[in-house]
Amino acid sequence: MQRRGLTNNVAYISNTDTDRQEMLNAIGVDTFNELLAPIPPAIRWSGDLPVPPALDEHSLYRHLSSLASRNANAEQMLCFLGAGIYDHFRPAVVGALSSRGEFATAYTPYQPEMSQGMLQAIYEFQTMICGLTGMDLSNASMYDAATGLAEAALMAVHTTARDEVVVLNNIHPNYREVVKTYLRSASLKYVEVSPEEAVQSLNANTACVLTQSPDFFGCIQPLSDISTAVHAVGGLLVVESDPVALAMLKPPSQYDADVVVGEGQSLGNAMAFGGPLLGFFACKKKFVRSFPGRIVGGTVDLEGRRGYTMTLRTREQDIRREKATSNICTNQSLLALAATIYLSALGKNGLHRAADLSLQKAHYACSELCKLKGVSMIFPDRPFFKEFALRLPVIADVMNQQLLKHGIIGGLSLESYGPDLAYGWLLCVTETKTREDIDALVRAVDDILVKETC
Amino acid sequence: MDHEPLIFERSRPGRVGSNLPECDVPRANAEDLLGKENLRGKLPLPEVSELDVVRHFTRLSHRNYSIDTGFYPLGSCTMKYNPRINERTAALPGFASLHPLQPAETAQGALELIYLLQQHLAGICGMYTTTLQPSAGAHGELLSMMMIHAYHADRGDSKRNVVVIPDSAHGTNPASAASCGFKVKGIPSNSRGCTDLDALRAALGDDTAALMLTNPNTVGLFESDIVEICRLVHEAGGLVYCDGANMNAMLGLTRPGDMGFDVMHFNLHKTFSTPHGGGGPGCGAVSVKQLLEPYLPVPTVVKDAESGAYSFDHNRPKSIGKIHSFYGAFLIAVRAYTYIRALGPEGLRAVGENAVINANYVRSQLQDSYDVAYNSPICMHEVVLTASRQKQQSGVRALDISKRLMDYGIHPPTNYFPLIVPEALMIEPTETESKQTIDEFIKVMKQIAIEAVERPELLKGAPHVTPVSRLDETLAVKSLDLRYEPLFEDEG
Repeated sequence: MQRRGLTNNVAYISNTDTDRQEMLNAIGVDTFNELLAPIPPAIRWSGDLPVPPALDEHSLYRHLSSLASRNANAEQMLCFLGAGIYDHFRPAVVGALSSRGEFATAYTPYQPEMSQGMLQAIYEFQTMICGLTGMDLSNASMYDAATGLAEAALMAVHTTARDEVVVLNNIHPNYREVVKTYLRSASLKYVEVSPEEAVQSLNANTACVLTQSPDFFGCIQPLSDISTAVHAVGGLLVVESDPVALAMLKPPSQYDADVVVGEGQSLGNAMAFGGPLLGFFACKKKFVRSFPGRIVGGTVDLEGRRGYTMTLRTREQDIRREKATSNICTNQSLLALAATIYLSALGKNGLHRAADLSLQKAHYACSELCKLKGVSMIFPDRPFFKEFALRLPVIADVMNQQLLKHGIIGGLSLESYGPDLAYGWLLCVTETKTREDIDALVRAVDDILVKETC
Repeated sequence: MDHEPLIFERSRPGRVGSNLPECDVPRANAEDLLGKENLRGKLPLPEVSELDVVRHFTRLSHRNYSIDTGFYPLGSCTMKYNPRINERTAALPGFASLHPLQPAETAQGALELIYLLQQHLAGICGMYTTTLQPSAGAHGELLSMMMIHAYHADRGDSKRNVVVIPDSAHGTNPASAASCGFKVKGIPSNSRGCTDLDALRAALGDDTAALMLTNPNTVGLFESDIVEICRLVHEAGGLVYCDGANMNAMLGLTRPGDMGFDVMHFNLHKTFSTPHGGGGPGCGAVSVKQLLEPYLPVPTVVKDAESGAYSFDHNRPKSIGKIHSFYGAFLIAVRAYTYIRALGPEGLRAVGENAVINANYVRSQLQDSYDVAYNSPICMHEVVLTASRQKQQSGVRALDISKRLMDYGIHPPTNYFPLIVPEALMIEPTETESKQTIDEFIKVMKQIAIEAVERPELLKGAPHVTPVSRLDETLAVKSLDLRYEPLFEDEG
């Protein structure tokens, strides 16, 4: 047969030359090319694909290590960035268990008899998300917090039969951008307002209001008034929240939220340059037939034994096609599993402790930094959790550049996030930072300010 | 295998499963910091030890089938071996512990990897450039529909509101088109299981925005008229979208860009061996021809010609906007890049060739025991059988055959899809399986065909050896049990 590419030294291909020849004989063809008969010759590819030559495993690892080494990372440096992705502690059990091949190399559990492990883990995940958010039901997870918010808005549009979505402008700007993209493509109205304008902006066309607490700047967003107001006009309240903060904060259900979404990355998943991520989506029971995404339910088998299966599937695209509640056909199972393991290992007390440590350390860092000349809080009157926005006497990008020399990845420069945020700097402190780390940050900032402002 | 209780049932008050640090900063009262009115009461989570956690999830893993466990010929899903080196490179701290908002100059290795993978994927499918932002195949479809919508709107061609989709398509295709506000026009397949050119011609018009087509299609057959199909759609003023779920069949053998497609999505978790993770995470990278490049989601990764430095470009006026919180599933991209570099051009072609040989071998060996959909003499990377004969003879259905396979320790093929094949059994062996493994599978499938005639009840009651037998799906819908209620009752 034609020998192009049929090499035996590809470790991932098990057939030998002999195997292939026997199979071609059994199929009844002389050469492999006969199997390409359905592909018109004009569009057959005969050359080498434009990718570099193969690397052996050792050289490959060195190549990838060398790419990785050109990135400053949170294991070598002190990272004080947050803004949606958080450097929380990840116990060793999370990676050890979630990377097991039985979980990682399985497909979506469409065949429940062979997938009870993942199905049960997802059922536990749903239970824990209900626990954190206080909501009645949770789906099996979504791509990320941003698409979770967008899907929540679309669900609100469908269930209220209205076409206007009110979005508070203290929501993470990236999330707002994603919501805008989704709404634009569905020809729906996106109305962005400040929290102060929110109540007046609601009307009989409002499908929902999207809120975030803690918001992009780390501040706790008051939810009572907006909740009352949006329900008074017949719209839904959607709250985006940080699952670690929810260990301490009143769950959004107590403000009568209809949908709670959030980013579960900080529950045991890597920062990973921002992906893959873990969106969670929880809502009131009344949306059980209209919410997006997969969901797992308990049932019994023929012998009456307890078991789990994907359920309410008639909402989904493979059955409903263009009438489905969403086009989504996957969830983020492996990250949801990691979150379930994380929440089990930390448990009730551990998660609260991680949250409290983050709270304490962030406040310590904030008060120490504010002792420096020219440094002040942008929102001094609002309670914050683990992130806080400061105003510096220098441009934050300059500060960040200088901090790199001290082995520190500084906060997010807010320069491009709005005219009133000039010199703004958003910092995050979690339980992974010791007092020594925080003191090192404060000393470095002090040194840099002395140099830059004199 | 014994029943494994829920983690909540293992919980005992006061048990701890991880060592967290002591507070080393001056402590303030949480009520003072956050406001008493903002604090929650009880937190309903389990209390277990680290050993409890390890045993529980290890036991759950034993109740889960996977590629690592055995043969997984699930059609359309490309359940190939997931190389371990991919996991090792994705775990490098320089990738895994990278914050997405750190300055670009501190993430040059990551940006270079994204840039290179985008180029490699474009080269593999014959397109101009690629975005890695979609989180899944369906997300890639949605993005493609958004870009097609933006393309027509940009040209002032506002009447194009119809997307044509063959009846053999994945359900995500019509759902994605509808999510974008398009009307879906279905067209039937012809007697060979391929796109019916007359039906296509009749469906096309000045309202056609696009055709969504899977190639090879979901019957596992290459659309031999593909060049003419693309020409017809272009002639009508529409664009052609390729659902790349079946790209594995074409690696190094033929390229969608050369066929005339304008845009396609890859499933990196299928073709490029990143683990399916029990349902995700995936990556639905989208490659486009130059005419769609202006509409790609922001940010894009650009390389400065002079300095060679990589950066993000957020300033793209025609972009459809953002579709992901950050830049997509970066660690999935690391795995796919590792895989492409492990194989090189020859290895990639070997993937395509072995995938096609393995599927045709299955077809040749099972065509006597089962009917082959559309009697196709040659398939690509997967073969669709039908259990119609078995159903007629003894009432045994595709579902029963699937469940019986479990008793032999083999994961069932995809069943009841594509919808146009009754009692469908869609088998995709993938290139990583050996003739030895496939021979075992063939033996079992032949045995089951005999059992279907001689002992149909055995199949109808299958599986018999799995941790649970068939589940009561009706009960699951009727008495919804979507969380562990006692956890909430305990909390009062």
